[in-house]
Amino acid sequence: MTWEKLRKIIDDVKEKFGEDLVREVYVEGKIAKIVVKKESIVEVATYLRDTHKFDHVKGVTGVDLSRLREGGGPYIEVLYHLGSLEDPELDDVILNMSVILDIENPMMNSLYSIWPSVEFHEREVYDMLGVIFNGHPKLERILLPEYWMDIPPLRKEYKVPGRE
Amino acid sequence: MVLEGKKKIEVYDTGGPRLTFSYGPQHPGTGHFRMIVTISGDTVVDLEPDPGFVHRGEEKMAEYKTWITNIPHLERPAILDAAGMVIPYCLTVEKLMDVEIPERAKYLRTIVAELDRIASHLYWFSLYGVFLGHTTMFLWCVSDREFILDISQLITGQRFTHAYYVPGGVRNDAPKQVPKGLVKEFKYYYSRLIGKEPSQEELSEDFNKYVLAVTHFMDLRLDHYYEMFFNSEIFLERVRNIGVLKREDAIKLGVPGTTLRASGVKYDTRVNDPYDAYPFLKFEIPVRNEGDCYARAIVGYQEIRESLKIIRQAVEQMPEGPFKLKQHPVVIKVPKGEALGRAEAARGEIIYYIVSDGTDKPYRLRMITPSFRLLPALKHLTIGARIADIPPIYWSLNYWPVEADR
Repeated sequence: MTWEKLRKIIDDVKEKFGEDLVREVYVEGKIAKIVVKKESIVEVATYLRDTHKFDHVKGVTGVDLSRLREGGGPYIEVLYHLGSLEDPELDDVILNMSVILDIENPMMNSLYSIWPSVEFHEREVYDMLGVIFNGHPKLERILLPEYWMDIPPLRKEYKVPGRE
Repeated sequence: MVLEGKKKIEVYDTGGPRLTFSYGPQHPGTGHFRMIVTISGDTVVDLEPDPGFVHRGEEKMAEYKTWITNIPHLERPAILDAAGMVIPYCLTVEKLMDVEIPERAKYLRTIVAELDRIASHLYWFSLYGVFLGHTTMFLWCVSDREFILDISQLITGQRFTHAYYVPGGVRNDAPKQVPKGLVKEFKYYYSRLIGKEPSQEELSEDFNKYVLAVTHFMDLRLDHYYEMFFNSEIFLERVRNIGVLKREDAIKLGVPGTTLRASGVKYDTRVNDPYDAYPFLKFEIPVRNEGDCYARAIVGYQEIRESLKIIRQAVEQMPEGPFKLKQHPVVIKVPKGEALGRAEAARGEIIYYIVSDGTDKPYRLRMITPSFRLLPALKHLTIGARIADIPPIYWSLNYWPVEADR
């Protein structure tokens, strides 16, 4: 039931935003993901919150795609795992909304003004992958020590000492 | 002198000199975690959580280890709740591999997960008590927890961090018999604490009967806990109407677990997105509407009762049969793709997002732990509170630094 509803939501977003929605991944029971253009992320996020009641973000994930064998490239993907508590039909699914950023200059607008729950998650992605979130109230190191001078550790080019 | 009712003391920010100091990481009340607190008088005017002191790079480490050797280190973020940490990992890997585990494995997973939930909650209350000046709670919880951990040990081979779960089932089956010495010890402990001997019917060396006897004992002990701790003035005075998190704020800040349920949202992954044997078992989701530190504690307390109920049902209903699909080699390959899985750990919803590119190691493993999601709530609740209210707020959230830092 709820996966069907998720399917409808994805179709609705596709209809409304058209070209702004780059790609979608929908495998029932496994994952539902929409890849949105960087420029329109704030609009899509606002639409999802206001129209489809996605009221909180469960987490933000950054993935370095540079070593992925298929579909990889010099990009960083930032995923927002969206959840809804107000809509009882959406409580068993998570909608993933993602943006593909250029690895040389990963920069996007922060969604803090839309979902305050992203505050620490975005800081973590900044810390671990070096993604800059414009408009974030406090974009500082969170898990790494303040004196960390190396490249962000979750980038694939970072080598763990003693492991490779 | 007779006081006419209780006077509410209010402290205002006078705009006078402010003091900023570190609360932790050496402070015994926070664990390996620091809060940068700014006060005026004794009112907290600003608080910035500073996690990261126990960051181990679990996510990076996972990219270097194989799918199976990832299991032991992924349960390290919350060693008392090893089941909660690893079940969603196994669920996600199983989603990627498109496999369904045998019925018996589902029940065994559920039993160990609930045992871990109880152990984790008891440890939570022991620390909650000791930091509010109630040392008895610490001693009671930690000593009663032993019998829960003994059952974990009998099933999995380890008291905690048991690395019991593997993609495709569980590592080994539950035993049929309980050692004589353990039953004797339990009998002695039972009669000393409950005041009567356990019935012969209850005390058997049969594994299922022993588990039922221990759950019955824990049920009786929970009544003692209520009288001793949850209904004691020492506790109530420190927690009632302190740190109130409203329903809409809880949703907006994205908090999980007991904190969310104490704010009036009936949401539990075990019911809302059921996995393992939970769809076959009957249990309630405790919910409170007050949203204060007391409500959060009581929700946790009632969850222990529900967990005992789940264990009793699961032990009785558990079917015979295989407990894993097949003996895995140490190196397995997982088909390429991405999947997202989640489960209800002791502290709340835990999510794994895994990308596989078809090799023997995850390409990217992301774990979103419940404690990390509590940080905005911690900040929200402590600003405007008094310094003395920081320990009750902090402990009522059941924030665990290691789990947040990963």
